[in-house]
Order: sequence, then C-alpha cells, then structure tokens
Amino acid sequence: MIFNDLELKTAPLEGEVRIPSGCAVSAMIDRTGRKMTGEKIIRSIATMHDRSNGLGGGFAGYGIYPDYKEYYAFHLFYNDFQAKKETEDFLVQHFEVAYSSEMKTRKLKSITNEPVIYRYFLYPLSKRLANSLLDEERYVVRCVNKINADIKGAFVFSSGKDMGIFKGVGYPEDIGRFYLLDEEYEGYCWTAHGRYPTNTPGWWGGAHPFGLLDYSVVHNGEISSYDANRRYIEMFGYKCSLQTDTEVITYIIDYLLRVKKLTLNEVAKVISASFWSTIEEKSEEEQREETFLRKAFPSLLITGPFSIIFGFTGGIMALNDRLKLRSMVCAEKGDMAYVSSEECGIRAIEPDVDNIFAPAGGVPVIYTLKDGGAL
Amino acid sequence: METYIPPEYEVVRDRDLCTGCRICERECANGVHRYDKDLKRMISESDKCVNCHRCVCFCPTRALKIIKNPDTYRLNANWQPQTMNEIYRQADSGGVLLSSMGNPGDYPVYFNKILVNASQVTNPPIDPLREPMETVVYLGKKDVELKRDIEGRLVDNLPPQLKLSVPVMFSAMSYGSISYNAHEALARAAEELGIYYNTGEGGLHRDFYKYGGNTIVQVASGRFGVHAEYLSAAAAIEIKMGQGAKPGIGGHLPGMKISDEVSKTRMIPKGIDAISPAPHHDIYSIEDLRQLIYAVKETTGYSKPVIVKVAAVHNIAAIASGIARSGADIIAIDGFRGGTGAAPTRIRDNVGIPIELALAQVDERLRQEGIRDSVSVIAAGSVHSSADVVKAIALGADACYIGTAALLALGCHLCRSCHTGKCNWGIATQREDLVKRLDPDVGYKRLVNLVTAWRHEIQEMMGAMGINSIEALRGNRLMLRGVGLNETELKILGIHHAGGPV
Repeated sequence: MIFNDLELKTAPLEGEVRIPSGCAVSAMIDRTGRKMTGEKIIRSIATMHDRSNGLGGGFAGYGIYPDYKEYYAFHLFYNDFQAKKETEDFLVQHFEVAYSSEMKTRKLKSITNEPVIYRYFLYPLSKRLANSLLDEERYVVRCVNKINADIKGAFVFSSGKDMGIFKGVGYPEDIGRFYLLDEEYEGYCWTAHGRYPTNTPGWWGGAHPFGLLDYSVVHNGEISSYDANRRYIEMFGYKCSLQTDTEVITYIIDYLLRVKKLTLNEVAKVISASFWSTIEEKSEEEQREETFLRKAFPSLLITGPFSIIFGFTGGIMALNDRLKLRSMVCAEKGDMAYVSSEECGIRAIEPDVDNIFAPAGGVPVIYTLKDGGAL
Repeated sequence: METYIPPEYEVVRDRDLCTGCRICERECANGVHRYDKDLKRMISESDKCVNCHRCVCFCPTRALKIIKNPDTYRLNANWQPQTMNEIYRQADSGGVLLSSMGNPGDYPVYFNKILVNASQVTNPPIDPLREPMETVVYLGKKDVELKRDIEGRLVDNLPPQLKLSVPVMFSAMSYGSISYNAHEALARAAEELGIYYNTGEGGLHRDFYKYGGNTIVQVASGRFGVHAEYLSAAAAIEIKMGQGAKPGIGGHLPGMKISDEVSKTRMIPKGIDAISPAPHHDIYSIEDLRQLIYAVKETTGYSKPVIVKVAAVHNIAAIASGIARSGADIIAIDGFRGGTGAAPTRIRDNVGIPIELALAQVDERLRQEGIRDSVSVIAAGSVHSSADVVKAIALGADACYIGTAALLALGCHLCRSCHTGKCNWGIATQREDLVKRLDPDVGYKRLVNLVTAWRHEIQEMMGAMGINSIEALRGNRLMLRGVGLNETELKILGIHHAGGPV
C-alpha cells in the first residue's frame, strides 16, 4: 500500500478525532505455559483478512522475553532521531537501561512509511522511584504518559514485563511478518487484531492492541457509551488521548482490577452487566452481588457492540457486550484455548477442536495458565 | 386616578352557536361570563379573563374562543404594552408585581438548539420493541470503599439510594399552592410509576402518609409542616435552598389559599400570607448547611438520601461542589425557567440562568474535582418533553424533575394566575367547589400516561443511539451536537457543533 503524503497530512491524527472501527480479533493460549512462535496467530488473523482494511494490525505476545522478564520492555515509535534522543535522555534519567536496540524487522513491500522502532528493557531507578512516592507500576505508567504526551514524535506502545505489543499500519498478517513474529519470538499466549477504521489516520501508534503495562486489549466494535465512560474514568487520573474505544476499555479494566481490586468476573459484571430483568431471575446471592455492582459503577457499563480479548500476565479474558452485537467464538483443544471473531480463525490453525462455542453476551470466558497466572 | 388597562385577551362568542346553556358562566371562577336577562343572551367581560381556556374546553357547542386583543397602544419597539401596563399597575397600587409559573420571556431555550445522535452502519441501533431497554436509575452517593465479607463476597455498603423506574420525578409543589386533589393525583401516579413526587414546602397531609414510599418531603426556610414524623414518613428529604423561579427569596403562599386543612398541614395560621424567609435562618454558610443535612440524617437514622435543591445562579458550579462535599446525597438544580405558584415578577423574569448551562457546568466541575460520584444530580426548570430528558441526561443529569409538564397533564393551561387562587382547573386553588373539578382518579391516570409515554420515547431515542441502558447515556455528551450556538455556548455546554467535532 502506497501512502500519499498529502493524504497523511490532511486527515486528522489519532486523538484529534474519534475514529470508530470494525475489526477482527483472535487469541490463543497454551495453558501449560508451553511456548509457540507467532506463526499460528498470524495465520489465524490472516484468515479473517476481509475484516480488516489494511489500516492497522497488531499482536501481543506473553512470555516472549524470558531473559529480561524482570524488566519493563518498552517498545517505541519515533518519527525522527530528535525524538529518539529526547526520549533516551528521559529514559536514562528515570530508568536503569538493561538493554536497548532497534527493533528487528523484515522489509516488506506491503509495509511502508514505518517509523523508527526501538526496544528498551528498563528498571526504575530506585532513588527516583522512592522520591516519586508512587508504587513501581504507577511510576512506570506516569513515565509512559509523560513521553507520549510531552515528547513530540515519540510514542511508547508497549510497556509490560515479559510481554510485548507489535503493531502498525497494514494488514495484520503483514505486520506480523514485518516484526518477524513467526521466527523471533516464542510466547505461551498471543492475541491479534486486524483493524477496519472508518477514516484514515495512517498512524502506527493508533493500531491495536492497546497496552498498559502487561495489560493489552484487542477490541472489535463501536461502543455507544464512549463519552459516558471516558468522562467518568478521567476522574481517576486517566487521560483518554487517543479517543479510541480500546483505550477507554483498557483504562476501565485497569481501574476496576488494580485500583478497586475486583475480580475478572466482577469486572465483567460491571462493564457488560446483565439486564435488570435477567438479574431478577438469578439466585439471591447473584442478585445481591450484581445489583450492588450496577448501583456502584453505573458509569462503567459499556453499551453498544464490542468483543474484546483482554490479555494479562498468565491469561486472557474474552468478553462480549450484553446483547452480543459482535461475533466471537471460543474453542478448546487439550491444553490449548482459542478465541476468534469468526470460527474460521480457529479452524485455520486447529481444524480438530475438542469443543467450540459462542459465549453469550456479557458472559466472560477466562483462560489462565494451569499453575495459576498472575491473577 | 386609576388607569384603565385594556384586557390582553378578548373573549369571542359565536352568537349562532351559543345556546345560552350557561355552562361557561358556571365554569368561570373569575366571573367573566353572565346571562343578561334583558338582552336575553350571554355576555362576557374580557377584563376579568385570564385565558385559562376552561370555558372554551367546556362549551358544548364550541361557541367560544379567546383571542389576543387587537387593541393596541401606539406601537413602540422600546416600550412594549406589557411594560407599560406594569407601570400603570404599580402606579395604581404601589405594590410589588406578582406572577405565577415560569419565566415566559423570550430567552434562548438551549434544549431546542441541541440535537441527538443516532447509530448507523458502524454500530447498530437497538430496537426497544424487541430488546430490553433499561431506564432504571439509582440516585445517591456511589463513592464507597469496596468491602468484602469473610468469604470474599462484596458487601453492599452504599448509602441509601432512590430507585427510579424512569429518570423523571414530579418536582416540589406544595399543598397550599396546589390542591388536595392535585397532590393525591401526583402521589398515586408516583406510586404506580415507581418514581417520586415532592411535597414542596407545605408539609404532608395526613391522608398522604400512606404514599410515603414514593414521597420526597421538603424542608424549606419556613419549615412549614416539618416534624420528625414527617421526615420519617418519606423516601427522601429535600432541603430547599433555592428555587429557579425565585432565586434568593423564599416561598410565597397568598392568604386566601390557606384553608383549614392547609393551615393544619403547614402548622401556620389560616388566611394570612405565608412568606418563608429568603435564607434559612440557621444557614448563613456552607458549613451550616452541612449541619442541617446531618441533623436531618440523624433524625432519620441515616436511612434516607438527602437532596439539596438550589436555583441555577451564576456561581452554581462552585455552590454544587460545596454541597457535594457537605454530606448531601443528591443535588437538584432548578433553572431560571422553573415554575412557581407565586413569585415577584421582577425576580422571576430577571434572576438566574438556564438549566442547560448550569447543569453542564455543574457536571463538569464535579468531574474535574473527582467528586461526581459523591452526589447524583437532578435537573429541573422547564423540562418540556422526553427529548429534553434525554438531552439533560446526556449533558450529565441523573434524572429530571418535571413540574409544569405534570400540571399540564392535570389540565393546567398555563394562564399563569396561580397566585389568585381561583384556578378553574382545580389545581392551584383551595376553593372546594373548584378543587372537586379535578378528579384524582382521572388526574393520576393522566400523569401515569404522560410519564409512560415519555418513557417509551426515551427508549426510542436511546435505542436509536445504540444505548440500551440509561446509565450509559449519563454525561455522554458526544451524543449531542449544538445548532446555531456560538463558541462560548458550546464550550459551556461541553458539546461540539453539528457537523463537528471541529
């Protein structure tokens, strides 16, 4: 795909305008923790080629950096070397840099206009961290936000430990090969996203997954509750600068899990709550719990179509909106579990599954490592 | 010298259609119509007519109509007839002009300059005839620390909440300003609808304690009819600090509306004007308000949410922020177009700001300060239709109060003469012969119809937006666009112009 320079300049950038998009999502996890390359996840998402339009694709891999698993792995896009210098100055002031290098990529005809892409393995400087009065995770998040907001032409698009996000403008299968996911990396869990935005920002940072530390979200849909959710979550120190559904959903999950200490199942009951009429038919215990969650977090209910795969250290959660306005199927085969927008995304890599099902709207499907994930 | 003021409206009778049945004469408490034996026909004195349309509606042959009197002073764009007449009246009487109902002036109605979004292509509309479309809201504080019991189950430790089946409530209208039958209709309708009505500052008639589960009782500066039992009977308690129709002054009930029953309910003397003080004399500052809030909570064992009602004035955002930090569970904001049973004309027509702007600013300020969760917000002051409810909620309200719309459902024709106590529709009167014209069985049904119809319309509009719970509409300002608004107005409302976001 050849980008027209003029078009790039005239279309509003991500964050300057709200961009709805349709999409494809896919994920696979080996619950024993056995690692696999990105080859299969690329094939899975490639099968759903028509659900993307070449304007964004990406992947998240978990367990891919065993040699540096104690370090925060930052992936950065730079527009130019000035941005790189400014960012690296910032990084050395705040982190111990264990290793850094340019991201290894493969030249492809279909991937053009790529930014400068770098990777760093970082650990917060202990004195800086102590002076900040923040816990380690908040400190890292603040640093990421600072770079993204204040350094022009620099964007941190992955910041978790022992995981990484790889994304860009193009079809997802091309993006996967561009980053050599089929050769260079092995993880126990992969998620993937193919994007179908309805206008053309052509910005690499705007592709998905969206990440926050080790959390990653891939999402297909266009939520109708966006501004209600955004205005609420921004009360708690989050800033929705990209104006995408994925961004606000990630912040909501982060807030409910990390700050409010809800379980994944409880989070699902907040963001994709059962209808009042359904709750009435449930057991007294469930009624009590779900009514309370709806009363306490009404502004975090997400309406409109969505199917999301939420990735975290040790597992994934697949969740649909309560009316199931987007397709999503799950399947299992031995220790492997799969989630995909369409069944074909699973059959393409595992034709012979043990069971396959379409989870009902609002019912979370959670797959974690058998010896217990991080959550 | 008393100045003769020509009537604003003229009663026109079609002589061919009039049968002389004299129904119009019986229906008019203002004595406009009478039968002239010598002329052997009905005659009308337009001077006395308030244009309430009672006679027009009840004339069996449709022989009557009320028209704007074409009689005019010498035309003058600067000195309008209304202004001149008011001067004549004050020169005659030396008194403060009194008016009723909301500000009728030609100020912008922002709701009418806001348009709502709908879903298509990238996101589907949802069909309320075929899918659940939730309009239930809970009002009250949400900002609690989550607690778990020993088995790890979440504990419901939320302060008391008001559950509404639809985010519409009947706003404060006191017994005294309106009739016993009007109150009965409101109470029964609230009960059937699963919403609440509000007693206003006139106390609660003994007969209506049984509707307490759907009653909000008010504590205003006059403390009329306030006692522990009254507070305990209610579902919620509203402290009235201000009213949109008359910010800065207290309530006003003309003596002729203070009947035996009203006197007993309010605990005040019969027949003498009841004018509540402008401030609460125990609240001269925000910390005093906090004390009253907690006094009321102590009295009722922290079992009921406390609402603080304020008029929309210039610094409403700061006021609301103060109230949110003072223990109130809910803030009700009443815009400058809000109705009243009696208010000084100058105050009603010149003081306060529009509810749309006040609401937008309050919601934004509470969010900026991170305390939007510590209160719910009710918007009031000329909510005309279900579309206004949808827009108010998208601007940031949790629910709306309706007053005038509810009275219209009961038959009110907005003649704005409530303060005279001669309401021909049996609403704003205590005269027994007039009160009985309003049949509570009919009245309550009409209120239920109105809110039910609005609920359906709200569901239609939500469905069109692809939103299936009203909770996801609250503060969802991207669903709104302004038309014909300038940049300052858009900024205050926090919305983009139609065709925007640019």
